[in-house]
Amino acid sequence: MQPSRPIRSAGPWEYSLWLFTRLSGLGLLLLGAISMGAAFLMGGRSLLDMPAMLRWMFFTNPNHVVNSNIPDVTAGWSNAFWQVYSMLLIFLATAHGFNGVRMVLEDWLTNPLWVAVLRTCLFLLWGSGLVIAIYVILAS
Amino acid sequence: MSLSRRVSLRQSLRYRGQPGMLNWALHRVTGLGIVAFVGMHVTAAFGLQQFGGALSAGVTAFYESWPFQLVVYFCILFHATNGARVALMDLFPGLLRYQHELIWLQWAIFLPAYGLPAFVLIHTGLVGG
Repeated sequence: MQPSRPIRSAGPWEYSLWLFTRLSGLGLLLLGAISMGAAFLMGGRSLLDMPAMLRWMFFTNPNHVVNSNIPDVTAGWSNAFWQVYSMLLIFLATAHGFNGVRMVLEDWLTNPLWVAVLRTCLFLLWGSGLVIAIYVILAS
Repeated sequence: MSLSRRVSLRQSLRYRGQPGMLNWALHRVTGLGIVAFVGMHVTAAFGLQQFGGALSAGVTAFYESWPFQLVVYFCILFHATNGARVALMDLFPGLLRYQHELIWLQWAIFLPAYGLPAFVLIHTGLVGG
């Protein structure tokens, strides 16, 4: 029988990332449910159309509901609570996403040098993405 | 000597991994799709806000068009429902015995939750809001 591709050794760090992927995924679903529930409590049923509700669910940024029927977004929809909430959401989502891209690409990369290059690139992209996201959150 | 990864689409579909394998493949594709969309969205929104410009406006018009919204919503909802099933099965291994039933449950949640907004998106796109 032909041997398959070599399997990476998975240490405790790899295991904790495996667990993080599961827990952050479930956490993101919970955060989405909470932001949808909160949108209904803030009158979203009559103020938001469906796309605005979906945008708000996946990223609770006031920019995502600014085109809806909400007369004054700053009241309730734009405050420190939602800013901290958005930062938590974006941290979980980007860490989950970039780690996922790493997992997919490392299934195809076996050369340790290219793996190191890939990890450095993804880490820098993740870091700069987080900085941009936090800027967007604080500036809106 | 490692296994060749040049597998045709027909061969890969004939591989009898059944629903678990198809869900695994779709999970990867939709995950990469979400990363592509979010990366596009963040870059274009940032460019539009800071510099204006036709490129950012064009990318924004592209991802705000209703056919693209259909694809994005498919990616997000499939990734969410399938990911929830996989995460729950991994955290509670007793559920592994019911994988097929859970996949049916996953699609039972997915179809109405996708179909209804998809109908609204298509209707608004074709007829107008």
